[in-house]
Amino acid sequence: MLLHAIFFYLFAGVTVASAVMVIAARNPVHSVLFLILAFVNAAGLFVLMGAEFLAWILIIVYVGAVALLFLSVVMMLDVDFTALRRGVLSYLPVGVLIGAVLLVELLIIVGAWVVGPDVAKAITAPIPPPAQVSNTQALGLVLYTNYIYFFQTAGIILLVAMIGAIVLTLHHKPNVRRQIIAHQVARSKATAIEIVKVKSGQGLP
Amino acid sequence: MSAFASDYLWPFAIMVAQSLLLLIILLIVVAYVLWADRKIWAAVQIRRGPNVVGPWGLFQSFADLLKFVLKEPVIPAGANKGVFLLAPFVTCVLALAAWAVIPVNAGWTIANINVGILYIFAISSLGVYGVIMAGWASNSKYPFLAALRSAAQMVSYEVSIGFVIITVLLCVGSLNLTAIVEAQNSKWGMFGWYWLPLFPMFVIFFVSALAETNRPPFDLVEAESELVAGYMVEYGSTPYMMLMLGEYVAICTMCAMSAILFLGGWLPPFPVVPFTWVPGIIWFVLKAGFVFFMFAMVKAFVPRYRYDQLMRLGWKVFLPISLAMVAIVAGVLQITGWAPQ
Repeated sequence: MLLHAIFFYLFAGVTVASAVMVIAARNPVHSVLFLILAFVNAAGLFVLMGAEFLAWILIIVYVGAVALLFLSVVMMLDVDFTALRRGVLSYLPVGVLIGAVLLVELLIIVGAWVVGPDVAKAITAPIPPPAQVSNTQALGLVLYTNYIYFFQTAGIILLVAMIGAIVLTLHHKPNVRRQIIAHQVARSKATAIEIVKVKSGQGLP
Repeated sequence: MSAFASDYLWPFAIMVAQSLLLLIILLIVVAYVLWADRKIWAAVQIRRGPNVVGPWGLFQSFADLLKFVLKEPVIPAGANKGVFLLAPFVTCVLALAAWAVIPVNAGWTIANINVGILYIFAISSLGVYGVIMAGWASNSKYPFLAALRSAAQMVSYEVSIGFVIITVLLCVGSLNLTAIVEAQNSKWGMFGWYWLPLFPMFVIFFVSALAETNRPPFDLVEAESELVAGYMVEYGSTPYMMLMLGEYVAICTMCAMSAILFLGGWLPPFPVVPFTWVPGIIWFVLKAGFVFFMFAMVKAFVPRYRYDQLMRLGWKVFLPISLAMVAIVAGVLQITGWAPQ
């Protein structure tokens, strides 16, 4: 248990510290790198709780894909850091408001969990004890049976978002020569080359 | 105190000893993988390759190591110093960390975790950060272009690697690497390994592994004819060696993954007497070595892809095929009742 506690405080401490650095760092690329550090440490916390599947999915999805997109966008930005800092005070009330709402919501959730620990068990699907099935299996058993409609709905929302992104960014310019692989592969000896017997000293007509 | 020692200290000491042993063996293997890469490349081009240091040039990699370590590290004045020096460590540590879960023989693994394959997939998807950080922190044009290229390339090919892994997982029914090898153990020997029933996926995995590790013909990240050396331009001495080391360890990881997912890991090719006498680790090394030989041959005779062709191959060819194969394999397993319970 001692080891568990040490690692909990290590991961939690680094998560909080790097989360602070995300907003405190001067360079936006450093901010994204600290965000990645926060994600990785959050995954460490998941592993400590025994949610190993969630931990690695967090790393694959958030660190491997989402943060990578952030990073490649931020890297290409040409921002003037001093101009960026100037507006901080005017955004402060909005930021404080959002922070307060989040804090209250978290307090309500944790409070409800402390007051009635059985409520969560009553409204969620029963999960077999962790000793019997692996993490991945337990998630799959619940996700593809009790919550199949929610799962499918989430999939459709993602599909719509994907189609939207493609429609917004795909511009087919006319008058551009494109490589059409099928045409290249479909060329045969008859359509690609012409063999001419040239008589010596006469050349082609 | 004795309980503390037996509960924590002793397992910790064993774990550290195992890890050190694996690291040392791995680094020696990587030295010879580098040498083999150069030798195979040279043989295809009818050259001799490294042949001066030691017999047949066997100590060439160690001479290179000494050279890199004894040189002075130069950090460009405009570079972002912290990130510049962090990048080689990220590359190297992530590449080496993947080996914690790879089983080289029955039970020979440092951490036999339930979600081993997810761990490998996550670690290899983090490998791109080494390249991006190095490219950005160099504060120079060629490395930056390389960083942008690598971000697009590695994400594209991870998608198809993910689907290939999913098809294998459908056949196995477990995310544990040891279970994946055990599932290929059948009385048909090498014809029961997954390379035969999932042959298209084996090919896709092999090509995606080339792209994922920035090997030729997909080495646009360090294309010497366009970008000089890509993200490594500003690096020299020990940091350069660490980038190089991380790259080759990642290649070894991909070879080992091919051997585990498709070539039956440590299983003998025929489950009969003379083959079963050979220890599993030898079969594992032979299989991973075979995959590496193919990696090296591809480097020697396939010309580099153009960038748009690379993207087309990833998104328009591999993604649809692998997506279809996931559906087909799942359907076949469901209809025939072969799906693991």
